[in-house]
Amino acid sequence: MSAINPGFSHRAKPLTLNDSAWVRHTLVIISLLTIVLFLILPLATVLIEAFAKGWSTYAASLAEPDALAAMRLTLLVAAITVPLTTVFGVSAAWAIARFEFWGKNLLITLIDLPFSVSPVIAGLIYVLIFGAQGWIGPWLSAHDIKVIFAVPGIVLATLFVTFPFVARELIPLMQEIGHEEEEAALSLGANGWQTFFKITVPNIKWGLLYGVLLCNARAMGEFGAVSVVSGHIRGLTNTLPLHVETSYNEYDFVGAFASASLSAGLAVVTLVVKTVLEWKQKQDLKAARQAAAE
Amino acid sequence: MSITLQHISKQFGAFKALDDINLDIPEGELVALLGPSGCGKTTLLRIIAGLEQADQGDVFLKGDNVTDQPVKNRRIGFVFQHYALFRHMTVFDNIAFGLRVKPRKERPGEAQIKDKVHALLQLVQLDWLHDRFPDQLSGGQRQRIALARALAVEPSVLLLDEPFGALDASVRKDLRLWLRHLHHELNVTSIFVTHDQEEAMEVASQIVVLNHGKIEQKGTPSEIYDQPQSDFVSRFIGQTNVFHIEGDEQHWLKSTGIIVDEPKGTVAHVRPHNIDVEKVTDATNSRVFLKDWQHLGGTIRLELNRDGHNGSGSTIYAEMPNEQFRELALHKGDRVALRIKHAHWFN
Repeated sequence: MSAINPGFSHRAKPLTLNDSAWVRHTLVIISLLTIVLFLILPLATVLIEAFAKGWSTYAASLAEPDALAAMRLTLLVAAITVPLTTVFGVSAAWAIARFEFWGKNLLITLIDLPFSVSPVIAGLIYVLIFGAQGWIGPWLSAHDIKVIFAVPGIVLATLFVTFPFVARELIPLMQEIGHEEEEAALSLGANGWQTFFKITVPNIKWGLLYGVLLCNARAMGEFGAVSVVSGHIRGLTNTLPLHVETSYNEYDFVGAFASASLSAGLAVVTLVVKTVLEWKQKQDLKAARQAAAE
Repeated sequence: MSITLQHISKQFGAFKALDDINLDIPEGELVALLGPSGCGKTTLLRIIAGLEQADQGDVFLKGDNVTDQPVKNRRIGFVFQHYALFRHMTVFDNIAFGLRVKPRKERPGEAQIKDKVHALLQLVQLDWLHDRFPDQLSGGQRQRIALARALAVEPSVLLLDEPFGALDASVRKDLRLWLRHLHHELNVTSIFVTHDQEEAMEVASQIVVLNHGKIEQKGTPSEIYDQPQSDFVSRFIGQTNVFHIEGDEQHWLKSTGIIVDEPKGTVAHVRPHNIDVEKVTDATNSRVFLKDWQHLGGTIRLELNRDGHNGSGSTIYAEMPNEQFRELALHKGDRVALRIKHAHWFN
């Protein structure tokens, strides 16, 4: 057939089918090897090292006051940043999807900024503003307010790196879904809050959860930005990722890997939930497109 | 007056969507806002609803000035072009929504809500669909559920944006008549937006023709069709033959044998059924011949051309009842004489 109409047969079949089995197998093996080498092996190492001296040592190193303090701080930072990022994300996505205003494109670009700026630079910015030698550092120390090398600085740095996550997920979703259902709710006598919670939130919930999940993973895992502003004070300003580094540098390998295993566990859970949410969100988008097409 | 609009203007950037609209709609009418796309008809509907704010002018509903009232206080029912059913709710919950979001004092009990929703579902003849989700319904069913949902809050005015625009032709025909009958039953003042003149003629009791953000004419379907007050209305409503008396077309008219006794303007609009066609036996007397004809059901449409003019612009359309056409025994190529029974004159 290809002799009669080669153009047709090339277009009709996926390109890979024309490649020999040898090429296909090689590509699959390379991908698998990469995953094993760079993802599964390190994960296994973390677990093996964490349990190298047995279950009790593992549990003991996690129950250590500094480790517990690091976990508490990480949870606290996430508990503050995730809601703030969510509120910001929903507001920004709402504004961008619903209204035409001056500077809209600039806002969209700025939302992406944290993705393109190195987290270390992000941390440094806060040191330059709030640090002892910074712009408002002297005023802050005169009023006995500590930002850098304290919890507020860590929260600020984490906010900076996480704030695009929710907005980025919601903007395309809300643009796709459109405004009609909300207008319908208003015309039926619902007020703004009722419309938001009964109509908007159910329509965007999977995208919203997906954004919150990614944001949470980043908030709990952020190292670079937090490392610059934290000052690594054990038991006070060490988050879980920082605690891993501190412990490792002090040759407390079990402690380091035990804490790391918690982070890795969080990552695996995130990955599984993310896959489910991604699927759910796609269903939402598909439904929105279908509705728009009719 | 159920709806009164005074000096409504709306601008989008440099584009004037609505230009000093004044309109009174009496209680109980079923009004069509008719016009080509971009004429401002949907914008006007949204301004009445409160979904859009006019730059200037006032909106009165039942005598109250609601210009500064948000949509939720206007007691209107709005049916959206794509229905905007809440996709995460069942049909029942969609219709119950307007009752459930009422302030606690006015909110009916769940039992009352249930009765009311089922009554509405019976009104739109879809009670059996109450536990379905919107994506399990056909277009026509969604349309009727959207209408039931809008009626649930007992609106004083019902507004419908292109209510049949997204439906198949056959479903559309049924729903048009159904809407007209439903309106007779409920008698709630209703406005619907359409770009389809046939639809407006068939459904509405009053038609408001809009063009370039202005009202061209307002009246009953018969008034609009029989006494068009502008060139635009005459062309937009139904088919019409346009003869320019000045310039070349005059010759076209004269050479067809159509006698223009006393022109009352420079442009004559003639509906196809206002042209009498007669067969001429002596071919030298007429330069007009039957080019083609189509069967439109009860009537036959004739395409008439003059010798040497084959462009579509120079075709005259005439219509006559079936029987008359049969009696005439006309064939393609036959010579005919034309007589204009009635024309609308414009300048």
